[in-house]
Amino acid sequence: MLTPEPCAIACDGRILACDARTAARGVAPGLALTAACALVPHLAVRPRDPAGETEALLGLAAWATQFTPSVALEFPDARFPHAQLSSTHTLVLEIEASLKLFGGTAPILATARRELAAMGFTARIASAPTAKSAVWLARAGREVALDPARLATGLADLPLRLLDCGADTCAALAAIGASTIGDLLRLPRDGVARRFGRHLLDEIDRALGRLPDPRTFFTPPPRFHARLDLAAEVTQAEMLLFAARRLVVQLAGFLAARSGGVQRLALQLFHRETHATEVAIGLVAPSRDAEHFTRLLRERLDTLGLRAPVRAIALVAENIVPLAGEPLALFGDGGETGGNGGTGDWAKLVERLRARLGAAAVHGVATAAEHRPERATRQVEPVAAERRRLPPRLPSRAAALRSAGTGVRPFWLLAQPRPLEEIGAVPHHGGPLVLLAGPERIESGWWDGGDVARDYFIAETRDHAVVWVFRERRAPGGWFLHGLFA
Amino acid sequence: MSSLPQAILQRTDVWRGAATSNAAPGIASGFPALDAVLPGGGWPTACLTEILPRNEGIGELRLLGPALARLAGDGRCLAWIAPPHLPYAPALAAAGIDPERLLVVRTRSPQETLWATEQALRSAACGAVLAWPAAARYADLRRLQLAAEKGAGLVVLLRAPSFYASRAAGEASPAPLRLALDTANGGLAVHILKRRGTPLGAPVLLQQPAVARYAAAGIHADHALDRTQPATASARDLRRGHAHA
Repeated sequence: MLTPEPCAIACDGRILACDARTAARGVAPGLALTAACALVPHLAVRPRDPAGETEALLGLAAWATQFTPSVALEFPDARFPHAQLSSTHTLVLEIEASLKLFGGTAPILATARRELAAMGFTARIASAPTAKSAVWLARAGREVALDPARLATGLADLPLRLLDCGADTCAALAAIGASTIGDLLRLPRDGVARRFGRHLLDEIDRALGRLPDPRTFFTPPPRFHARLDLAAEVTQAEMLLFAARRLVVQLAGFLAARSGGVQRLALQLFHRETHATEVAIGLVAPSRDAEHFTRLLRERLDTLGLRAPVRAIALVAENIVPLAGEPLALFGDGGETGGNGGTGDWAKLVERLRARLGAAAVHGVATAAEHRPERATRQVEPVAAERRRLPPRLPSRAAALRSAGTGVRPFWLLAQPRPLEEIGAVPHHGGPLVLLAGPERIESGWWDGGDVARDYFIAETRDHAVVWVFRERRAPGGWFLHGLFA
Repeated sequence: MSSLPQAILQRTDVWRGAATSNAAPGIASGFPALDAVLPGGGWPTACLTEILPRNEGIGELRLLGPALARLAGDGRCLAWIAPPHLPYAPALAAAGIDPERLLVVRTRSPQETLWATEQALRSAACGAVLAWPAAARYADLRRLQLAAEKGAGLVVLLRAPSFYASRAAGEASPAPLRLALDTANGGLAVHILKRRGTPLGAPVLLQQPAVARYAAAGIHADHALDRTQPATASARDLRRGHAHA
């Protein structure tokens, strides 16, 4: 879907899978590669990447743990690489224990389908009372939810090719008129066992729930790392976002399984020539909201100048922290009041602004107990969201006393004092200044090398702005503008 | 209204009289003379307010101070977007505005300022959004106005002094309230260029209490030190320095 030209994946000279455009020209899995190239002139043929497939399946398994902790993997059988039905990657989820939580099979299947599509995977999903029967149904392309009473009848017309047996066994069975599981079940059991081995019957018994079918469940990794190779090199941010979105959905599932969130995630962009670019996203509060992650990534990618075309992307999230559930408001979501703006809103605003403008561009301010004016204010982290729920604090008495003790201060402080012209002992700032009040002597800081000795005055400019100026008491002296009362 | 052709309603430059009749109660400005002439009896919420000071430092923040102090006291966040200088925390605290409530956003370009302002308006988190847009076209302001209408906070655009001159040229603005600030008789003259409802001819004169305070500070012996006693002054500051060190 990401490629500009028709594309297919080939293995050992045969087509294994192809996209819709290629299929429309008559190419089907199993066709010889030469024939496919003849049908589609500009066919982009890629070799099969078994390692990539395994990595993708493991990623999906981690995503699937949000539905149940019991996720098992089935890899394609290496003995029969061309057998279409048994060569698919399969995830087996035991969802019985999760039905109550999700409200039945249908919501689980719907969520799984939606998120798989968002991640760019096509999947065939079937549910059945036993793991094996569900795998067979899915591999046969029957996307059904089978209930226990209809298990045997539901499996009866599945082809025997689904069973874990060689092509010659299938041919021998077909020769005696058995092409479906139902046909095989109608044959005498001991005869089948003698001729084809117990193996076939055991398989069917496991599918029907007559034999136990223990599986090794997947253990998700402690950190999230998902990589996506782009089919074509990408130079545009929107295309990257489209691809990154797939990984973000996977991350959200991974986090949901752990009831966790992340405060930092990184999108790595791999180039052909140069080393990878890392786009780091920091959050004010841990989150696992896929939409929110996508928005933040969009802001960052919009402003990011790509150094080189991107071949592959990876999403990495390391420190997964427990994320408590959001308490719901008693009456709806509280959005109608339009009023107080929840802490979530606030954190999201800060994150969005920071994603685009950089972390240093968004800050809070706080007073500091310090006489030097430039040090009496400092940039701080925006006040943590939790504290904003507290009732407003009364103006602290100490603060009031402090401000009374230090005289009046301007709203604006210039980052650097600006030298003023002095004409006839009168400082000028767009005309002579009229000193309204002062001096307030500030002489402090000899102990840390940043000592100042200044006499501060409140002055009025010719156009009636009130400014804060000081006269330097050290050589070479001079007048400086340091603040605006605004 | 509904009988009007849709094309007329969609025009942005058509004044709609009905908007005056239901002006929502505003946030008291702290200046009764100003509240009396503002529709809604205070700073309007959920719409743009444009302030055009004649020059920097004329008293634009002192004008907004009481309203900001009230919002901060209610625990609301105050977003200051692209302020021209450093907001000075001790002054804010002295004006009753809890500095902790401030969210200062620095931007690198006028586009970023407009973007950040819009984000702040679209978020329900901010009780007040103060923005200093360097350049904004009518369409940009219109966009902000639409974003502001969805919120419930105070939204003030403080324009650079260069815009004060252009107000005479009748630059169109979608902001329902536009004020120009000038000085007169040692106080602040607030010209209401535009408001919802009937136009107001004469400016509102406000005596800013702060100016009187400066004079008081000047005579106050405690922190206005006579230049003839530098030794005592430095000694006292030294003592304080030790106390804080």
